Amino acid sequence: MTSVAEEVPLGRTARRWEVLPYGLILPTVAYLSLFFAWPMVQAFQLAFREGGAWTIEPFRMMVNDANFEDAFKFTMLLVVVIVPLQFVLALAMALLINSKLHGRGVFLAIFIMPLAISDLAAGLVWQSILTERGYLNTFLEAIGVIDQPYIWLDPTKPNQLLMAVVVAELWRSTAFVMVIFLAGLQGIPHEYGEAAEVFGAGFFRRVRTVILPLLKPSLQVALLFRIIFAFEAFAVVIAITGRAKTTLATEAWRWQADYFNSHVAAAYSALILVLSLLSAGIVVWFLRTPREQMLQ
Amino acid sequence: MADVRFHAIRKTFGKVTAVDDVDLEVADGDFVVLLGPSGCGKTTLLRCLAGLEKVDGGRVLIGGRDATNLPPRRRRIAMVFQSYAVFPHLKLFDNIAFGLRMQKEPKTVIRERVDFAAKLLHIEDLLDRYPSQISGGQRQRVAVARAIATKADVLLMDEPLSNLDALLRMEMRAELKALLRQLGTTTIYVTHDQVEALSMGDRIAVMNAGRIVQLDSPLAVYDYPADTFVGGFVGTPPMNFLAADISRNGAVPLVNLSGGSFPLDDPEVGRLAGRRLVLGIRAEAIVVEPAAGEGLIEATVIVVEPLGSHNLLTVKTGDDLLKVSTPPHLFPEPDSLIWLRLEPGRIRWMDSESGRAIPLADPAAAPVPG
Amino acid sequence: MNPPRSAVAGLGRVFVYGSAALLSLFILIPIYLMTLAAFSSNEDTYAYPKELLPRGLSTETMRFFINFGGVLDALQRSVIVAVITLVLALVIGTPAGYALARFAFRGGDTLRLSVVGTRAFPIVILSIPLAVIFIRWGVDDTVLGVSIAHTALALPFVVLTTASVFAGVSPELEEAAMTLGCSRATAFVKVALPLALPGLAASAIFVFIVSWNEVFAASLLTLRHRTLPAEVLALLEGAPPNFRFAGGFFLMAPSVIVILLIRRYLFSMWGRVLK
Repeated sequence: MTSVAEEVPLGRTARRWEVLPYGLILPTVAYLSLFFAWPMVQAFQLAFREGGAWTIEPFRMMVNDANFEDAFKFTMLLVVVIVPLQFVLALAMALLINSKLHGRGVFLAIFIMPLAISDLAAGLVWQSILTERGYLNTFLEAIGVIDQPYIWLDPTKPNQLLMAVVVAELWRSTAFVMVIFLAGLQGIPHEYGEAAEVFGAGFFRRVRTVILPLLKPSLQVALLFRIIFAFEAFAVVIAITGRAKTTLATEAWRWQADYFNSHVAAAYSALILVLSLLSAGIVVWFLRTPREQMLQ
Repeated sequence: MADVRFHAIRKTFGKVTAVDDVDLEVADGDFVVLLGPSGCGKTTLLRCLAGLEKVDGGRVLIGGRDATNLPPRRRRIAMVFQSYAVFPHLKLFDNIAFGLRMQKEPKTVIRERVDFAAKLLHIEDLLDRYPSQISGGQRQRVAVARAIATKADVLLMDEPLSNLDALLRMEMRAELKALLRQLGTTTIYVTHDQVEALSMGDRIAVMNAGRIVQLDSPLAVYDYPADTFVGGFVGTPPMNFLAADISRNGAVPLVNLSGGSFPLDDPEVGRLAGRRLVLGIRAEAIVVEPAAGEGLIEATVIVVEPLGSHNLLTVKTGDDLLKVSTPPHLFPEPDSLIWLRLEPGRIRWMDSESGRAIPLADPAAAPVPG
Repeated sequence: MNPPRSAVAGLGRVFVYGSAALLSLFILIPIYLMTLAAFSSNEDTYAYPKELLPRGLSTETMRFFINFGGVLDALQRSVIVAVITLVLALVIGTPAGYALARFAFRGGDTLRLSVVGTRAFPIVILSIPLAVIFIRWGVDDTVLGVSIAHTALALPFVVLTTASVFAGVSPELEEAAMTLGCSRATAFVKVALPLALPGLAASAIFVFIVSWNEVFAASLLTLRHRTLPAEVLALLEGAPPNFRFAGGFFLMAPSVIVILLIRRYLFSMWGRVLK
């Protein structure tokens, strides 16, 4: 359209000393500095200082705590199991919606219904289904698969508990990932897929060679958020497993709310942060799209 | 009613200079078109006049007042945007009345002016509708009506017709021209379409790379371009340019082109001997002769495009490719030979290095470079 | 080579519609069951096998839940916190979003990046120091405290979505208004705001729901004045099934209803258009 000289946004250009935009962002910057940045600093202080001295005592207490290993393992398991499953599911849903399906407006409405459901509510929903006297057993008995209630949420069967939490999370938060994929898919002109089809690529081929590569930015964003959320898993685990399983976030909560030790709680939260950032870094690195390959 | 004056206007965006030291005077009631390719600075200049951009240097005077530091609302201007910018959330009536309401005009005056403007643009039956319920062409009319309803001193138009399809554009061009003539408001009109510029303006300011290259009447811009840029930009097809030089073999100067030579009996032309020149000539100023002859240039026909009212030939002579316009019955075969006569009165001379026109001693013909 | 197109197409379509249907059932059935459970009589909540069809609906369970000690107050507090959060986040964040959308200024990109970057910090690491700070300031265990925390969480979201909403409103519209006699502020109010309203409203509602759902910070920052999710969590251990059913339904229902209502605006909010 316009070339270099007239390419500057048609909105107003702010010269360096024009005050207005800075005035507009001031409240936000001030608020986030006070109630976000500063607490972050405090968090690190809590984790690394105790009684006025630099120490790693909180971390030592954290690592030596009886629950630490369980919490760490379970949290990592959740991340590793949920994320890939969820991505496949979300991609399938997004592809379905993006296709020329009849009634995809209805399907879309259904698929995004869980978008705003909290993890606590989701945990309660699935607990009611999976509990011994719950709906799943009712159904299975009615169709004759089992003849007495099976204890799905058996505290002695950690894998079953894991899968219960996984199902609840898949049910609840796939909508979020799907929406990101949808937005990404919408940005891919359908001519690319059509061109591939004309050249003989079947559906799965097309997904693999055309859609997924062009979807990388969305994959990156979704992966980032999903991993960070997964490390914060908290209420859903409590709702479904009670005290049988614990996560890093749950431990942080316990140390703060029950044992009144903010230092160890801060240590846990620092660990969560580090794990999140590390994973985020890995994701961003592996899914980086070099400029030349970007859609635009 | 007001005149507009730009003094040494400069506008930069970061490292890019969009408007580079521009002077322009637009008399009261004048219709000036800013014409140029994308990126030449014409829209930026217009926006500086509107107050939507702050100039980095120079002054803008409207009706004698220094408007350089005034916000748009105090400049007594009205503007039609390329995208029309018709407010989607207001009915057409409220759109057209918007400026009047801002001026706190009484209801009766508003009613009267809106009706007046709507009638002029033939949309008086649509006033109750919303912009989403009317066509693009009608929205364009709303944008114009909204601008003229305020009876501003200066009317600014930023490519108002470019989003219309070709047929509609032609119709609106004529309608708009008649309308603006009737209103008589000082108008500054930006376009990249040289046909539009030629057809509508009293004067055209051709711009390139942030500067005004030529400021003249449409005919002068067409017939006497100030440089090869103007000649190549204005006119369909663009002006033909051939490398040439003049030699003097005897009394009559000889014009040497890569495809041949011909004599040109003009002492002024003789003065150009020894220089490296560019010869400019319009397609319709080249006559095709069926047979070789004195003073004719031989050429090979490459393509013949029948355009109905005339044929457009692409021919090759020497190293040059020329466009030649012929009457519809003249239909040479591709690859055939034809002979060209360049009408002496329509030949223009440009300096080979700078591309600028070399004015010859005919004061009535001399172009006025910006 | 390849089977005839029509057969593949037919099979493909069955597969496609079948998967869509299965996924829909996966989403819908739990919602249905939860609703069923919440509206069964007290007796039925203990019963086994459970009724899979809506027979004998009753509001006993819901009434039990609401009248359970502390729940009604917690419900009230959740609403208040959500409203305060919504107002604060929007009032503070919308100007910033507008600035990002309209102006190209130094620090704009930094702001955008930082705002996006806040998402990388888990709520866990924010809540703990806030709990400590609030105790020092005397706002711990108050509605205000929770609102402050929720606003800090919602603000980045509001800034980014309002930026995207305003970016979707052509700046030429405000410029046109300015040439017709408006100052920048008037142009904003008369042109930009009305057109941005659906998107702004959608983000406001979304902020409300996020605050309504939030459980971690709320549990840490309150003790005796808990919001609903925190209250439910606290009472969860050893709670009878009817409490769980009704509590789950209560937490789930507003979210689902709201999403269904604003789904079209969600996409305009995120800068894309979808049916």
